[in-house]
Amino acid sequence: MEATQATPVKYDMEVVRWFTIAAAIYAVVGTLIGVYIASELAFPFMNFDIPYITFGRLRPLHTNAVIFAFGGCVLMATGFYMVQRTGATKLWSNGLAWFTFWGWNLIIVLAVVTLPLGMTEGKEYAELCWPIDIMIAVVWLSFGFNHIMTVAIRKTSHIYVSNWFTMGMIVMITYLHVVNSLAIPVSLTNSYSIFSGVQDAMVQWWWGHNAVGFFLTGGFLGIMYYFVPKQSGRPVFSYRLSVLHFWALTFGYVWLGAHHLQYTALPDWTGSLGAAVSLAMIIPSWGGAMNGMMTLSGAWDKLRTDYILRFLVVALAFYAMSTFEGPVMSIKSVNALSHYTDWTVGHVHSGALGWVAMVSYGAMYHMVKKLWGVEKMYSDNLVNVHFWLATIGTVVYVVAMWVSGIMQGLMWRDYDEYGTLTYTFVESVSAMHPYYAMRMVGGLIFNIGTWIALFNIVMTVRQASALRSSSAVPAKA
Amino acid sequence: MSDHDKIYSTKFQDKIERSTVLMFVVTALAVAVGGIVEIVPLFYLPNTAMSGGNGTFNGTAHKDKAGNVIPMDKIVWNPATSAHKTLEGWQPGDGVRPYKPLELAGRAVFIREGCYLCHSQMIRPFRDEKDRYGHYSIAEESMYDHTFQWGSKRTGPDLARVGGKYSDEWHRRHLSYPREVVPESVMPNFFWLANMPVNVAETKRAMEVMTIMPFNPIPKTIYTEAYIDGAPAQLEGKTDMDALIAYLQGMGNHIKFEEGVNYRD
Repeated sequence: MEATQATPVKYDMEVVRWFTIAAAIYAVVGTLIGVYIASELAFPFMNFDIPYITFGRLRPLHTNAVIFAFGGCVLMATGFYMVQRTGATKLWSNGLAWFTFWGWNLIIVLAVVTLPLGMTEGKEYAELCWPIDIMIAVVWLSFGFNHIMTVAIRKTSHIYVSNWFTMGMIVMITYLHVVNSLAIPVSLTNSYSIFSGVQDAMVQWWWGHNAVGFFLTGGFLGIMYYFVPKQSGRPVFSYRLSVLHFWALTFGYVWLGAHHLQYTALPDWTGSLGAAVSLAMIIPSWGGAMNGMMTLSGAWDKLRTDYILRFLVVALAFYAMSTFEGPVMSIKSVNALSHYTDWTVGHVHSGALGWVAMVSYGAMYHMVKKLWGVEKMYSDNLVNVHFWLATIGTVVYVVAMWVSGIMQGLMWRDYDEYGTLTYTFVESVSAMHPYYAMRMVGGLIFNIGTWIALFNIVMTVRQASALRSSSAVPAKA
Repeated sequence: MSDHDKIYSTKFQDKIERSTVLMFVVTALAVAVGGIVEIVPLFYLPNTAMSGGNGTFNGTAHKDKAGNVIPMDKIVWNPATSAHKTLEGWQPGDGVRPYKPLELAGRAVFIREGCYLCHSQMIRPFRDEKDRYGHYSIAEESMYDHTFQWGSKRTGPDLARVGGKYSDEWHRRHLSYPREVVPESVMPNFFWLANMPVNVAETKRAMEVMTIMPFNPIPKTIYTEAYIDGAPAQLEGKTDMDALIAYLQGMGNHIKFEEGVNYRD
């Protein structure tokens, strides 16, 4: 996959290092906010009557922190890493990459300030106010342009599959962000969407589902296609399957958003179309998951000793599970039960924690060793501890939400023998309490894992720098 | 031997993989299709509450049991044909109307506090939802909602038809200290909203913006210049709490639904 070079290429890896460290920090912060807002739902006194930390204001901060701060930094770190190494070339512009780094982090800082102050557009996963939206567009395009130009100046004949996925993400997220953010400002921090009602709902979920489809799936599949073969030392199982996986996903995923609006005032055909394509998506998704898994054939024994590989493999298992669960939930009769309940929250987290975060950490551990030129992490045992905390935390979280979600759905629709509703709404709320507490615990377990990862990464970096400064030859990156 | 010239899939795929431009263009086209197919028709088909500005809604025609078409001005309030000509004179059942200034300010509070993250405003056509919340929601009811507030999660109950269900005083107590009224509630206390004056300038500006929306703008015959200019007087001395309650109380009672009519076809 990498061209053999007569003279080794000097890559631009400093910016990748910074994105990697930033990602490790944002993972801690983002999941910590998640644990906090989970505690607010289990124990409402945790809102402490402070407007800035109520659930309604912190929840957007949690989603933005984990998706765009953590996820975004991982995607940019790996994007810049893979595009250089698969193309045997430096970045098209190292300076522009630094602009992307500082711009993206400035946006994150602004999100941390504005969201608790209640400055929001009121669109899920696109809450940030319009001046920040413009900055996002500029910084995103700076990343995309740099990435695509680096693909263009590659020394290899073919574009590697990871870069297809990244390119698909760059294009689609640009479409989505621009269209979904169209709004007329009323002040510096407030604006109203130009769409309303049905049209706005469809545009929003076209955005919402494809942020999942192209940012959290496509982008991370690019990571999978590079780091699974690299870490296992085996070539991708099937090239043809990856071609199929990419084009089916790229063309098909876009249609799924409508399944978020089953039985709403959106015309029926739209939701049904979304569900039909959702079901069809099982095939390429599982094909892709198999492709990743089978890459390990002949190297399965490595799972016993290689903890980093464990992250990547379990991520693929969660990817397969979530991409089966999602289409099932999009079927109208299932959606009638699952919509509006915690089942959706559970589904999102099996994807976000189990797939996205796991594959991210697999890639980050792999990169840290390469980026700082060390043979081993500071502690391989801590990688293993992190792996188990992440796995157990995710399972506890998801199981809690499955039970509470299905229970909610069943309680809401239950009739007694007299033909009246069995439960008041608030009875369903109080029945959720144990599961909300359990979800908080699951999230906390996962969060502890992220602290361990951060510690391990920082110690590895420190060890590497100590090693470098003690060696006679001053090593330049 | 170099395998760079060997083709492992199709010639076209191989060509794409060798060309950055081709890869970019084909990808950009492939990802555009689904969104275009699902979004664009919603601006032209019936039952999507897209107003042509002249009282027509892309041929939307709800029919009663006898097969007679229900005029759209029974669904969407039209001051020209309604018995009640002004927003102040509007009565529940006159049809979907734009928000009054205080309600619009309350809606901004609703969004600012992230209420939509736990409360939906979209009732589905199921027996249990009808018994619990009321008639299913229809497209016209959110046609003036820039941005829509259908929500995606019911940690708390749906609010689409909460208007008039409880007294203003109940809402004031419940919003201030939810667990005083509903002990099992997990909603945060919002008593501090009563200390915050409504944002008059921004509400007035929002009204102006609503009249220049490219899709479903509020007719300038309803938000007249005089009406917008009079908004600050209506908001004088009101708090965010008053505004939020006004918004909640105005929800869901706009249309007089008749039995046996399929309002979504």
